[in-house]
Order: sequence, then structure tokens, then C-alpha cells
Amino acid sequence: MKNFLQSEVFIVAFVFLAYFAGKQIQKRTRLILLNPILVAVIIIIVFLSAFKIDYKSFHEGSKLIEFFLKPAVVALGVPLYLQIEKIKKQAISILVSQLVGCVVGIVSVVVIAKLMGAPKEIIYSLAPKSVTTPIAIEVSKTIGGIPPLTASVVIVVGIFGAIFGYTIMKWTHVKNPVAQGLSMGTAAHAVGTSRSMEISPKFGAMSSIGLIVNGIFTAILTPYILELINIWFPL
Amino acid sequence: MIRQCVIIFGCLAIGELLASVTGIKLPGSIIGMLLLTLLLKLGWVKVAWVKGISDFLVKNLPLFFVPPGVAVMLYLDVIEANFWSIVVSSIVSTILVLSLTGWTHQWLRKSNYFSGKPTDQPTA
Repeated sequence: MKNFLQSEVFIVAFVFLAYFAGKQIQKRTRLILLNPILVAVIIIIVFLSAFKIDYKSFHEGSKLIEFFLKPAVVALGVPLYLQIEKIKKQAISILVSQLVGCVVGIVSVVVIAKLMGAPKEIIYSLAPKSVTTPIAIEVSKTIGGIPPLTASVVIVVGIFGAIFGYTIMKWTHVKNPVAQGLSMGTAAHAVGTSRSMEISPKFGAMSSIGLIVNGIFTAILTPYILELINIWFPL
Repeated sequence: MIRQCVIIFGCLAIGELLASVTGIKLPGSIIGMLLLTLLLKLGWVKVAWVKGISDFLVKNLPLFFVPPGVAVMLYLDVIEANFWSIVVSSIVSTILVLSLTGWTHQWLRKSNYFSGKPTDQPTA
């Protein structure tokens, strides 16, 4: 029985099932708090602990699904292309606001974590927390963080953004729909973008711009921003 | 369907190749995405050729995040030891990013009409 539970086929089927259950639960309850990714992850972790299946054997099967994250990121080129005229028109406001979002996202998380006494490798793992997993993992590797910890934090941040993002922006008076969509992608990457897609494809497209532009800025700028922080505020 | 796979995975493969050959610190998938956008823009690839698979992948993006999300169970002890610093810094920082990105964009749009007409905003 345990051999079956550890087989690739079962694990792939189980990940689909857990995600399907997560989607159904959200559909029935209409609670944004019950984010499908969050629910699926909890179902899987509870199941793995209950049947004493270690992460390594789970990963043998789950990496078959995780693999599709890469072509899915490539596929975001289509909504990006469809919005390219709009991006061109707003190029300056998009680029400047993304640069602000990128710098604020890195500096604030690093400084707060340091002030709260987190060790260096944790701080470095948190630095790229706003951007999509494949980029965040690369950045974390480059700067000396713990890539799998980064991946976990990135997903939790994304879920937090997807659940509370639009409410937070209501409180802080981010009213312009373009700005709202864009900020969701900047702060909560692909998870925030899928939340925006639920509201409307236009919000989703703006979010994917935020996800992409902040992703590129963060990939390029993080090492330099950390170097600058280190001069004034040794980590 | 096969043509769609050739284009998407072709862009991904070229992206990975470029990343490893040039040493650019960008994931191959992001380079692949930019390459696909470029090919669409140049008209070498038509949207209709990739629409089906790209709609499927983009629509189901959250599913692909479930497996890496489960990896959190490996770091529960590290997270527990640094729980409050991780949680507080991530939440405060996310709120700041959401607000400051939004404010900057709104402010620039108000003061800079040349960067786009306010009428082209999407509506809910």
C-alpha cells in the first residue's frame, strides 16, 4: 500500500485531487481566505504526515506537475503581447512605479527582518519574496539565500496578496484599476495575477505586466541593492 | 497542438540555452517568455498558433505552485525559529509594495497625460 502511495501516478493524481478540492471549497464557500493553493498544500501536508510519506518520495511525483511552471511562465508572453500597446502608452508610469515597487519590496523586507533579529541567510532568502518562484529561486541562489525557503515564502506572500491585496489597496486608497492590477502583480506575482484574472482579464493583464517587469528588475537589481544596504546598514 | 508545444517548449529551450551560454542572471523561462513576446510582435508567430496551450497554462498557473508550496514542510523548523521576523517583514513589505507601487502609478498618470489617456483604464 505504501508503495502505491509513493508512486508517481498516485502522487500526480493526488496533487490534482487536492487542487480540485481546493477550487471546489472556494467555489462553494466563496471565502477568498480559502485560497485553492493554500487548501491544496495543507491537504497534501496533512496527508503526507498521516501516512508518513517523506517529502523526497512526494517530490518524485510532484515534480512532474511542478515542471509545467516553466512553460506556463513562457505562456505569459501571450497576455504580455496582447497588452503591449497599452504598456507602450504608459511606459514611463509603469517603469517608474515598478522600480519603486522593486526597491521598496527588497529594502523593507530586508531591513525589518534584520531589525527583528533574523540571521543573514534568512534575510537573503526573504529579499526576492515579491517575485515569481522561478526568478526568486535564481535570485536567492545568486545572493546566498536558501532557495527552497525562498520558494515557500514567495508562495505564502502570493497567497497573502491574493487574499488581502484588493482590501489593502482599498484601505490605502489605490483606486485606479490599472494601478490596482499592476500592484497585485508587483507584490504578489503569479498568485496575485491569477486572483486578478478572476476579477477580469484586464486586471489580469495589468498584473502580469507587474509580475514580469518587477521580476526582471528584481533579478537584475537585487545583488546591487543588497550591496548598497550593506554599506549603510550591515546585514 | 503539436505546433503549439513546439513554439512554447522551443522558446523555453532557447531561453534556457541563452541563460546558460551567456550567464545572464535571469531564469530561462523568463527569457523564453520575452522571446515569445518578441516573435509575436515580429509576426513570426501568430497568436492563434499558441492560444490554446497558453490559455490552458495561464489559467491553471496556481496548480503548478502547489508542489513547490508543499516544500514548506521541509523548513518548518527554520520558519518556526524565525517565525515573527519572517511573517512581520513579509506582510509589512507586501503592504508597502502594494501601496507605493499603486500610488506612484496613480500619481504619474495624473500628472503625465502624455503617458496614456485616463479613459483606457480597465473597468471591473
